[in-house]
Amino acid sequence: ISGSSSVASMKKVVQQLQLEAGLNSVKVSQAAADLKQFSLQNAQHDPLLTGVSSSTNPFRPQKVCSFL
Amino acid sequence: MATEALHENETLASLKSEAENLKGKLEEERAKLHDVELHQVAERVEALGQFVMKTRRTLKGHGNKVLCMDWCKDKRRIVSSSQDGKVIVWDSFTTNKEHAVTMPCTWVMACAYAPSGCAIACGGLDNKCSVYPLTFDKNENMAAKKKSVAMHTNYLSACSFTNSDMQGCDKKAMVWDMRSGQCVQAFETHESDINSVRYYPSGDAFASGSDDATCRLYDLRADREVAIYSKESIIFGASSVDFSLSGRLLFAGYNDYTINVWDVLKGSRVSILFGHENRVSTLRVSPDGTAFCSGSWDHTLRVWA
Repeated sequence: ISGSSSVASMKKVVQQLQLEAGLNSVKVSQAAADLKQFSLQNAQHDPLLTGVSSSTNPFRPQKVCSFL
Repeated sequence: MATEALHENETLASLKSEAENLKGKLEEERAKLHDVELHQVAERVEALGQFVMKTRRTLKGHGNKVLCMDWCKDKRRIVSSSQDGKVIVWDSFTTNKEHAVTMPCTWVMACAYAPSGCAIACGGLDNKCSVYPLTFDKNENMAAKKKSVAMHTNYLSACSFTNSDMQGCDKKAMVWDMRSGQCVQAFETHESDINSVRYYPSGDAFASGSDDATCRLYDLRADREVAIYSKESIIFGASSVDFSLSGRLLFAGYNDYTINVWDVLKGSRVSILFGHENRVSTLRVSPDGTAFCSGSWDHTLRVWA
């Protein structure tokens, strides 16, 4: 009957919330500092960030050769 | 009987109040940890300079809206799928089409390249995910070799060869543990449907793009939203997002035909890219991060660098 299925689905909602409430989270200041550090540390390996010269980026136009 | 029904109602009521209590507790805990915003932590980080990013290749060939695309691990091949029912594999360096498959349905909404580079998966309104081995033998009929790998009860909207750990559904972004099949975290701060989610390269966070015209960054360890990427002038939904290799840049394609490039740490927009003549529907950064590709309802794909 609809009664018991509401109880069943409500139980699932409570279980899910209990799961989420049980997580140990870190402070945003710590998490944000880690994100910042990761990006800065990997910045030099990020071609779209640093810009890559035409000779090494296959998508950038290369020097044009002309027939003499 | 009457007493049973009464018992049911009491249980339901007590469960509901327990749920409300837990929700309140979660909010309280999240608020306690919210001691600062990401852009404040990044205040003294050097600002990014001007970006010169242009369309370097335009891939033309689809007869209708491009719905999805994916890069091959070889950093040059791209697979794209379209409302015209075709799945095309391109060599993005030369813009040549290497393979083309016609699906038995239109609206091929999802496609993905196998990590081996030897096959592609795609699906859409046919409710199936099919895998096609890629062959260069002209005598082989690609369609004849296709294998169905999954039957869904409704249309396929996304497929990926690696276990996709995330799902944006409606306004909620949910993170799933693939081993237990459980949802371990849920975030509901967007004001409208989420169209795209992508992990930050370190795996500790993810970005989302939504119909509410914003992109947001959620940190999994802090268990909350840590940044919003928005501007008053941006009023159209973001359809697809992806990070540059270091995670410093977030590329987002929008329904107003533009691509906005955001400084993930500082929360500011560093560039706006024009070129597409209709909605941007899909966007992925190449595996080596040298370029990114966008697909659009204007029937084309553009490679930017």
